[in-house]
Amino acid sequence: MVSAAETIERVRRSRFNWVDMFLNALRVGAVVFIAVGLIGTIIKFAGGEGPSAAAWRDLVVSGLAQGAAYGLIALGYSMVYGVLGFINFAHGEVFMSGAMTSFFMASYFFDTGLWISNFVVALILVILSATVTATIVAVLIERIAYRPLRNAPRLIPLITSIGVSFFLQYSAAFLFGVANKSVPQPPAWLLAKIDLFGLGWLKLEATKVLVIAIAIVSMIALYLFVEKTRTGRSMRAVAEDKEIAALMGINVDRTIVTTFAVGGAMAGIAGSLWALLFRGVSFDTGFLPGIKAFTAAVLGGIGNLAGAMLGGVLLGLFEGVGPLLILDGWGIPGVSQLKDVVAFFALVLVLVFRPTGLLGERLSEDERA
Amino acid sequence: MALLEISGLKKGFGGIQALGGVDFHIDEGEVVSVIGPNGAGKTSFFNVITGMFAPDEGTILFEGESIGGLEPSVITQRGIARTFQNVRLFPNMSILENVMVSQHCRTKQGIYGAIFRTKAFKEEEQLIEERAKDTLSFFGDRLVGYRYDQAAFVLSYANRRRLEIARAMATQPKLLLLDEPTAGMNPRETVELTGLIGKLRSEKGFTIVIIEHDMKVVRDVSDRVVVLDHGVKLTEGHYDDVSTNEQVIEAYLGRPAETES
Amino acid sequence: MIKGELNVKKVLRAGLIAGVVMVFVSAIGMVEDFDSRKVIDPFLSLGFLALFWYVPRAGYKVGHEEVLEGMEEHPVSSQQVVAGLSVGVVGGVVISILVVIAHVMDLRDVFIRLSPKLVATLTFSDSVAEPNIILGIVWLIVISAVLGAIGGALHLVSDRLRRQILFAVGAIFVVAMLEDVISQILRTLGLGSANRLIYRAAALRIVPAILVAAAGFFLGGRDRAERSRIARYLADPDPAERRRKSLIVAAITLAVVLIAPWLLGSLLSEILATTAIFLLMGLGLNIVVGFAGLLDLGYVAFFAVGAYTSAILTSPLSPFFAPEWPWWYTLPPVILVGILAGIFVGTPVIRLRGDYLAIVTLGFGEIVRITFLSDAASPWFGGAGGIRNIPGIPLGFDTVSGSDPEYILYFALALVLLAAWVSYALLNSRVGRAWTAMREDESVAEVMGIDTVKAKLSAFVVGAVLASLGGALFSAKLGSIFPTSFELLISIVILVVVIVGGMGNILGVAAGALVLIGVLGGPRQPGLLQEFGEFKLLIYGVILVYMMLQRPEGLIPNVRRSRELHHDEMNQDAWLKAQADTAEEPAT
Repeated sequence: MVSAAETIERVRRSRFNWVDMFLNALRVGAVVFIAVGLIGTIIKFAGGEGPSAAAWRDLVVSGLAQGAAYGLIALGYSMVYGVLGFINFAHGEVFMSGAMTSFFMASYFFDTGLWISNFVVALILVILSATVTATIVAVLIERIAYRPLRNAPRLIPLITSIGVSFFLQYSAAFLFGVANKSVPQPPAWLLAKIDLFGLGWLKLEATKVLVIAIAIVSMIALYLFVEKTRTGRSMRAVAEDKEIAALMGINVDRTIVTTFAVGGAMAGIAGSLWALLFRGVSFDTGFLPGIKAFTAAVLGGIGNLAGAMLGGVLLGLFEGVGPLLILDGWGIPGVSQLKDVVAFFALVLVLVFRPTGLLGERLSEDERA
Repeated sequence: MALLEISGLKKGFGGIQALGGVDFHIDEGEVVSVIGPNGAGKTSFFNVITGMFAPDEGTILFEGESIGGLEPSVITQRGIARTFQNVRLFPNMSILENVMVSQHCRTKQGIYGAIFRTKAFKEEEQLIEERAKDTLSFFGDRLVGYRYDQAAFVLSYANRRRLEIARAMATQPKLLLLDEPTAGMNPRETVELTGLIGKLRSEKGFTIVIIEHDMKVVRDVSDRVVVLDHGVKLTEGHYDDVSTNEQVIEAYLGRPAETES
Repeated sequence: MIKGELNVKKVLRAGLIAGVVMVFVSAIGMVEDFDSRKVIDPFLSLGFLALFWYVPRAGYKVGHEEVLEGMEEHPVSSQQVVAGLSVGVVGGVVISILVVIAHVMDLRDVFIRLSPKLVATLTFSDSVAEPNIILGIVWLIVISAVLGAIGGALHLVSDRLRRQILFAVGAIFVVAMLEDVISQILRTLGLGSANRLIYRAAALRIVPAILVAAAGFFLGGRDRAERSRIARYLADPDPAERRRKSLIVAAITLAVVLIAPWLLGSLLSEILATTAIFLLMGLGLNIVVGFAGLLDLGYVAFFAVGAYTSAILTSPLSPFFAPEWPWWYTLPPVILVGILAGIFVGTPVIRLRGDYLAIVTLGFGEIVRITFLSDAASPWFGGAGGIRNIPGIPLGFDTVSGSDPEYILYFALALVLLAAWVSYALLNSRVGRAWTAMREDESVAEVMGIDTVKAKLSAFVVGAVLASLGGALFSAKLGSIFPTSFELLISIVILVVVIVGGMGNILGVAAGALVLIGVLGGPRQPGLLQEFGEFKLLIYGVILVYMMLQRPEGLIPNVRRSRELHHDEMNQDAWLKAQADTAEEPAT
């Protein structure tokens, strides 16, 4: 006979094969790579080389602001995944539609003078219109492309969403032109640095602080909506089990539409923030942020709303700081070119280390055995 | 020595203890029935033996070697094959292909052989096909001839069950686990299948564990009966002893609605 | 039945959709851009074809009732013409509203193509400054109404006549659009002077158009069974006979293909060569996606790896290591690198669920591209400047490079044949059966003794090797490669080729590549219909969505795949089960 402890040991050992060996090598390699890079950067920093402390602070804030936008987009991926179980690749284009609308509205207000005379009102209107557009786009996509596929194998809606993404992206290119569009400059007070909490050392660019604040407010609103309202409860029920939810008298179709609408609204807000942050919008604006946001959703644990936001912020931070923090320590030139590589490697590493994401993913019973 | 020797097998899913320390053994050539009410952990028991889930605790010795926690494909290669309660064929593969594909672990030709159509490859393909046809012929004329190229999903329910058994047989196991092989069958088919299980042992030499709700089948085929309830073994023994055991009657036979399907 | 009654809601809906299509086509600039390209000289332009194509279809569809089992024959009445006409009118009104809005307001700040020139085009006006709005709108509505009515009227004629009409229209379109090909063939055959009789500025002249339509009409009238003679010829019940016949057909096809480059000239050979390279990659991806069911969105990474390997080993300008091998010598390293790349990418993703796998492979594709592009790796891979001066393929007496597309086409075809054979051979083998089983039910496949990790990885590796061979040929063809040649778009376009053609089916992938890459063109490569070049990515998106909604099994479906995708059979299946459960099975 074999003792219990030994059995467990055997269980572990027998599941250990060459794939695990490869993955472990990858894990160890990644940890060593990051550690060596970090040490290199710290040594440089101590020696007075590389970016100053203030530059690091700005990088962190930029990363956080961008991450907040990622987080808002990621919510849409996460909610749709939770409810329908597929990656809505077209969600990046929903975000783009919000950014596009923001550009047009901002330009309009700039021309009429409202942008300068009463920026806050203009900004609220811009965000509102972006939200409305993105919501409409998201709902239309669901109605036209996804609803007929409700019972199709999972790969089908996924591929459809790639098609929708193509269609929207190039429609935008032809409708609005391929040129990059510059969003008008916000008033000077928003571009200046403000001294947060009067601490003296926490001087941050106001735009970024504003972006982060709006993202936090939206996130709280969404959280309250999902947790406290009837509609939010039915969304959670549908995510848990569509059939049982239907039996409990929940209108599944309407709930799915709501999910797309809410996800679209968040993407719309993110679009406005993006326009404000980077002040440039083009037809392919949705592509990379879309993929990054999906990465963020996976990072946080897909289907988990708090996770999506956390994942977004972490990814933004990682992308903003990571190249300088780790790659620069290795003495690699042109590290800022590699920020997308850093982001994608983060995705691979998350899935290798912790496939369920940081906060764990919520799985419903069907389809994910 | 027992062919399969299990002791203290535990498996939980979240808060539910599906198996709470099961001891079990089966000798070569035996037919043992596992019975118990719905949710007693019978199918979980099969799932853990075949490696679909790793056990939390306990040992599973097959031919004296521990197989607990091995990959399902490895366990199949060691010589354990199963059928499923809710028939899980490869529905869009042909009947012949279903039985050919399950010889995977007994054959070895890879990409190279297939691309260059080597002599060894051709011989092996022929062998696989012959064996598949041979296995299917075990079920009389139900799965042979024009049926070879039909997709599995066109089969009648009873024939699907037969094909599933054929597919399991084709992995050339020593131990065959049958999960409710007569579920959904009409009385005549059930009788026929009972005979078939006998033949599986006498002609093919399989050792068989069978989960069954139909007490007539259990009585007719099994050397020994093991009763599971709430993930633990209630009792075991000869059918006559078990069927008169009070605990068992209380847990199981006391609910006649479940005995026939 | 709805016989004799007009369904107002349905008509309005169809009309609005038709109108939205017209507005969209106008607003993206298609009408304007295509206006100068005539299909039939001088009155029918491609622009108006683009504008109005959907109207007859909407007019037809609005009167269309699905004839289901047990239903009476589909009722036919003049109401269908009225419905079609109404759809046309509604559509015409919608596009007219656009005309008016674009005329009175300047929307070009937002919709850049809503210009006075578009208004002039839409209103058939000669003067951009003073378009004749009223008359133009009347024309728009009348034409739209007539086309809608024609669509509705198609219900009144027999199936045969309807088919003949469609064939006639299709024939005109095809002959006009393939002007390049046809005139080139005529020139090669020494009949170049005939071109002037048929075409004027690439458009069909009226008389040839009528002849072409008549030919199409005649062809469409022939029996369906007669038309699919090849299909019937191939569908021999005896497998051995079937194989022999397929071989004959394949040999004939091959012969035609071998002669084709010389008949078609360089430009068309170039298009075919591009098509063949994409087909090669399509076949490779088909193994991964179609056979093993693993959605790989970063497939271009393997293509890039093969191209770079070959480029580094052959080019004298390779930055850090330039052995200047002949192209042939690079094939073993290319295959080896392909295998390694397949294992390296495959191993971490293999245990991931389908959609995670998609996004991670996509990530790998981007990692590879960005790495090749980065300054950090430029000492090895040349950064954005790529690797230039890649010599062609030495043949002893000559060197084949991109300037000889005819020869490149041969090489590409050879690789395609190889890929097709590999696909076929693997599908009908132990490995292929394991893939199929795994795609159907992964956990059962595991219990049946299939090592799914190994099976998945082998699919990944075979796919990677085929793609890297494609890359090696690609680098020899182009003579220089840049990271931008390997963007994500290519992965997706290859996926579209596989899906549109028919996942899991070798012939299907070939059809997909011909239709999409050959006709529309690759992401950066021209196709036969160069007119559509600008819009092809948009069209790709539309085709992809349309296929998924209407025909997810693709143009030439894999029998098994289409079974998986359609639930009808499953319903039948459930019915059979019920039958089996209730009735005694007859003793056979």
